[in-house]
Amino acid sequence: MIKIITPTEALQFFQSGQTLMVGGFLNCGVPNLVIDELIKTPLTDFTLISNDTGEAGINRGQLIRAGKIKKAIVSHIGTNPETVQLYNEGKIEVDLEPQGSLAERIRADGAGLGGILTPVGVGTEVEKGKQKIALNGKDYLLETPLHADVAVVYATYADKFGNLAFHGSTRNFNVLMPMAADVVIVEAEHISAEPLSPDNVVVPGIFVDYLIDGGRNGAD
Amino acid sequence: MELTKEQAQEFIARRVAQEFRNGDVVTLGIGLPTKAVSYLPQDVSIIVQSENGVLGVGTYQDETCRDSHIINAGGVGVTINAGGCFVDSLMSFSMMRGGHIDITVLGALQVDVEGNLANWCIPGKFTPGMGGAMDLVAGTKKLIVAMEHTAKGSPKILKRCTLPLTAVHKVDMIITEKAVFDVSPRGLVLREISPYSSLEDIRSTTDADFEVDLR
Repeated sequence: MIKIITPTEALQFFQSGQTLMVGGFLNCGVPNLVIDELIKTPLTDFTLISNDTGEAGINRGQLIRAGKIKKAIVSHIGTNPETVQLYNEGKIEVDLEPQGSLAERIRADGAGLGGILTPVGVGTEVEKGKQKIALNGKDYLLETPLHADVAVVYATYADKFGNLAFHGSTRNFNVLMPMAADVVIVEAEHISAEPLSPDNVVVPGIFVDYLIDGGRNGAD
Repeated sequence: MELTKEQAQEFIARRVAQEFRNGDVVTLGIGLPTKAVSYLPQDVSIIVQSENGVLGVGTYQDETCRDSHIINAGGVGVTINAGGCFVDSLMSFSMMRGGHIDITVLGALQVDVEGNLANWCIPGKFTPGMGGAMDLVAGTKKLIVAMEHTAKGSPKILKRCTLPLTAVHKVDMIITEKAVFDVSPRGLVLREISPYSSLEDIRSTTDADFEVDLR
């Protein structure tokens, strides 16, 4: 059985300077409850691995506005003008990665791979600082694994074994990040007393450490 | 006749829609490219893929079908068509890189005679990031750039892109409100002149040489 904790209890797993993974794509499938608590703490200097930094002051954007993020490893910051401004002012470090490469780097860590070879970014600025490898007449970039101290992800459905399932386009990075972090905290909208059907489980519970009840059971 | 921005965008979107064939799996960039689905010929049905994990994107949501858990890559609420499915980011980008997308349509800041595309960064001014654009162009069977011919009067079709590149030698076709070009190993080939332009107008607003081989 997976322990169910509150967003406040989740704070015990965070320390300044950690690398965090946070699931979500724009405002879809974002774990907000822990973020709401984290911004109230004095903790800071996090490295954020996420698809984007949300919108100004909303969901992951709250972490940017609260000055919690020292470095962001993301594919896109254009939807959050506050991130763009801090980046232009040199107040936040941003590593922009092609979205598919970002996903594969997370998977590589979770899947025990030393890296992946991708043609994406060859001949562009993305090459900078990366090893280029020619194989069968084609050039690839070596993308290295990304690991986090703590991953916070969203799920629509969870059971008490930590198995996760998703509605709509909420899967995004939420499915991959639980493989690639020391501590995995999942905010589930619905936690069912009955086990999810094994046919419907998308993320196996063995990747999950703690569940937070999003409190939507019976809500819809 | 001068087109307004809206008229130009509609003309481009209509022309892009003519490129789709029944059953094509298509990915569309945010903005102008997304408008092309509104002008699909009646007998053509396509499968629209959205990078955030929707295969079979339908219409925009209205009050009858609100669901904040289903969005497109622009963050807008959409529906999903019968036969569609939701996938995670790994599967979504496997579709793109792996050559499973028939046509990708993207906007551009610049495009050049070698089929290079720049659309993610203006150093020092505008750095939104590439998002999924670099992955999209890596494996697609056909890459169409759909954009207004010029930006505030300045050519966007160039001998050589000056902005950081999104893709190298990937663009197959350029559709603007003035012209349709194919990008061939020999360089640009002008295939269509729009009713709103002329060869002289295209020459004076394109900062690159091109062959003329009209359809």
